[in-house]
Amino acid sequence: MSYDLFAGANEKPADRVYTPMDSGDWDAIAREQAQRADETLVINMGPQHPATHGVLRLILECDGETVTSIRPGIGFLHTGIEKNMEFRNWAQGSAFVTRMDYVAPLFNEAVYCMAVERLLGIEDKIPERANIIRVLMMELNRISNHLVAIGTTGNELGATTVMMSGFREREMILDFFEAVSGLRMNHAYIRPGGVAVDLPENGLTQLRDLIAWLEKYMPEMSLLVQENPIFKGRTVGVGVQDLTACMALGVTGPILRSAGYAFDLRKAQPYCGYETYDFDVCTWDTADCYGRYRVRLAELWESLKIVKQCADRLEATTGQPVRYEDAKISSPADLTVGPDGQGNSNEHIKHIMGESMEALIHHFKTVTEGFTVPAGQAYVAIESPKGELGCHVVSDGGTRPFRVHVRDPGFNHLQSVPLMCEGGMISDVIMAVASIDPVMGGVDR
Amino acid sequence: MTEQSTTDVAVTGSAPAAPKRQGMWTDGVPDVSGYGGLLRAVEQPLGEPLPSGDWQEAIGGRLVALVPDAIARVVWDRGELTWFVPREKLVEAMANLRDDAHLRFELCASISGVHYPTDAGAEFHVVYHLYSYTHNRRVRVEVTCSDADPHVPSVVATYPAADWHERETWDMFGVIFDGHPHLTRILMPDDWVGHPQRKEYPLGGIPVEYKGAVVPPPDQRRDYR
Repeated sequence: MSYDLFAGANEKPADRVYTPMDSGDWDAIAREQAQRADETLVINMGPQHPATHGVLRLILECDGETVTSIRPGIGFLHTGIEKNMEFRNWAQGSAFVTRMDYVAPLFNEAVYCMAVERLLGIEDKIPERANIIRVLMMELNRISNHLVAIGTTGNELGATTVMMSGFREREMILDFFEAVSGLRMNHAYIRPGGVAVDLPENGLTQLRDLIAWLEKYMPEMSLLVQENPIFKGRTVGVGVQDLTACMALGVTGPILRSAGYAFDLRKAQPYCGYETYDFDVCTWDTADCYGRYRVRLAELWESLKIVKQCADRLEATTGQPVRYEDAKISSPADLTVGPDGQGNSNEHIKHIMGESMEALIHHFKTVTEGFTVPAGQAYVAIESPKGELGCHVVSDGGTRPFRVHVRDPGFNHLQSVPLMCEGGMISDVIMAVASIDPVMGGVDR
Repeated sequence: MTEQSTTDVAVTGSAPAAPKRQGMWTDGVPDVSGYGGLLRAVEQPLGEPLPSGDWQEAIGGRLVALVPDAIARVVWDRGELTWFVPREKLVEAMANLRDDAHLRFELCASISGVHYPTDAGAEFHVVYHLYSYTHNRRVRVEVTCSDADPHVPSVVATYPAADWHERETWDMFGVIFDGHPHLTRILMPDDWVGHPQRKEYPLGGIPVEYKGAVVPPPDQRRDYR
């Protein structure tokens, strides 16, 4: 009889506790349980389980292989980003939010910057080219996010090939991000007032190459999973969440669309000029895990369609400004991507250090103190690859945010895990969680 | 169906008390930039008049017709509609906001708190962001409570999705949501003391030792405020 180290001071200890130290493997546990004739088993899945997409903890109560109760536990990756942002200036906020949902960083930056721009009252004054670059980066990011979502699901099924394929294409997109922003991830590229820096000189060529690469290799993804009998066996009819449940639990994004509702904020409340792009909203009608993958697979191509339109528009707007005209807000001053990443351009350094005292003062003030934002509050929501990503920003008129709250879709969607999994098998839990595509950096913030 | 405004929305009440800001650095430390001497009082905007004859006015009137005195103050600012709802009316107002055909706010997208330490008697604002799929509209519902009595009724019965959002608001601000099925901490550890996103809670309040170097406690640091 083992000592129950999980029981509280006033709790009755469980009569049998399995730990990694005292039992060999699952077979031994199953044998012992069978002898005990007690089918109820409480399993602690995570927070270090490889199939939980980071540090998600699931507490499962099982009757044999059937899950009777499931409780998700989050907070293991809580980094206090929202609190930290209250202590840094408005422009620095971009570098904080990008670290929330690190698989879709550009969406976090975009939604935060759009909220700040609404407070500043400059929403309509963002240069056209800045908006095109934002759309381009977001759609490429949507593709890379969906590739990770599908790829890691394959990995959790034991199909490493799917993951390798997804990550290979994603790496090509990240290479493009690196060429543009200087960084593969955590770009801090979208800033209040526009974007940090224009595309590099050969940026359009690189973009065309990337589009050609994706067109050639992305079909592999659908070939690997779409009609795969194992993939279908694990996902069809699993983790069903119909439209009623989606509505009640505030579920948005691919999960809502897989239930048959063609809702997309890019169409319903367009931003960054999405109303001028030609694309379709993809839906499926089965409301299960398989449907969510079909929606994601279809969205890969819709996003690529938008990327192509962006490439043409970028060609037409070459040389136009990418930042708001007021130099105080489009801070910090001129950036460039050098061999060691993003930094001040040599011309700018030369200007402020050798030519103009006023420019040096301006640079110093913009970088250290930052700009002020008129008091008030704003909530901006955009369609991230996972659903509605919202940002609530409050200003008290100072140079730092008074309060920033990010409504991460993953945080909201993890609430639906019990609904999708209870009554199913333990193996279905893995698929249901994977089909939500939660990224714990965003969930816990 | 046509929308009719049966009652005019009363625009009463006042803005939160103005917070004062002095300098960029901790009080008492001379700030070499000279900025430290400035004292500014900033008020939250009272907003502009509602666009007349549009939905912003109509849905407010509809809610007040269904739930009398549901809206204490209306703010129309930067194209966003905010209703201040007294907490006694919150549950009833939310149920009607979701179910009434003219309102139909099916999605409670986000619930979060804001701490205004200078807003005496209403230090905590709980902010609900609602969205209507049917009518493609957004509205912000704001409820206030005081530091001494930080209670707000839970809306989980109306919006099940509010569950975790309310838990997070409790965790971060200490606002108690009466009627919540299990109001426990969600992001911080279960045995954590304090509510980190309150304004008086310091950033980095935990002593950290790293390779022998100790980070001083917040009150002994020259740091950002």
